Amino acid sequence: MSSSEHTISHVHRDDVASRMGMWLFLFTELLLFGGMFILYSVYRYNNPEAFHLAAKELNTIIGTFNTMILLTSSLTMALSITAIQRNNKSLSIFFQMMTVILALGFMVNKYFEWGAKFHHGIYPGSDQLLSKPAGEILFFGLYYVMTGLHGLHVLIGICLILLMIYYTAKEVITQDNYMKLESAGLYWHLVDIIWIFLFPLFYLIT
Amino acid sequence: MNDNTHIDHKSHGYGVYVLIWFALMALTGITVAVAGINFGALTIATALVIASVKTYLVLTVFMHLRSETMVFKIFILVALFFLIISFILLFTDYSFIVRN
Repeated sequence: MSSSEHTISHVHRDDVASRMGMWLFLFTELLLFGGMFILYSVYRYNNPEAFHLAAKELNTIIGTFNTMILLTSSLTMALSITAIQRNNKSLSIFFQMMTVILALGFMVNKYFEWGAKFHHGIYPGSDQLLSKPAGEILFFGLYYVMTGLHGLHVLIGICLILLMIYYTAKEVITQDNYMKLESAGLYWHLVDIIWIFLFPLFYLIT
Repeated sequence: MNDNTHIDHKSHGYGVYVLIWFALMALTGITVAVAGINFGALTIATALVIASVKTYLVLTVFMHLRSETMVFKIFILVALFFLIISFILLFTDYSFIVRN
């Protein structure tokens, strides 16, 4: 066996380890958001009435709509992996593009939602917010930080999936080697899971 | 095929994902509908249980955990275990501080 043949046939790749590495990273994300959920639960435990009143200001319809958008984007991401597994490159790219479009739709809704709050003078540090009871200030502080950090993850996810579309088009991602797409998918589904918890905790307090 | 380049993932059909998506949508509808009913202290518990069911579906099907090896499942259970432990410890500690 010549040395050049050796390098060609033994390009080091370990798919199980790639996925495990991605899961390890997701655990750090879990701790990042987990810490905030702890903060949320302690403050809510202390200020049940204020959280209830403040949550009434949030738009449940936009929240529900965004949940549906994000769940659908998770579906299209999963479908894009099945498509590449079946060697259907163009279908995979189509589903990845759908994911990006849905994610952008989520951010547009977020923009209008936050914009309406800002318009009503409810933003961190505003006079109107600071005149509210302490519990409501805490609620909106947590709301902006947690949905903001989640939104940042959505933006990062959009960039990642755009990169995956490029890789799929350039056939870096193929039927035999799609771990990059799989990892991007894992990240995207985690972003979805975080929203699954954020949604009832912020929008559906009764 | 080279022995360290094998992909041991089973391919899920498109249909399974669509089915799970329907389930997730239905559960979202249930969460919103149930939020209007006042169960008292059970309201938040109901919301969290439904969110956990949705998470389970996403983890097992969308994130392919059901076709992963045992190592992955143990891995994730350990991570979740410690997350829950940190919640429980914090709350026992916190309620102790509040009472004193």
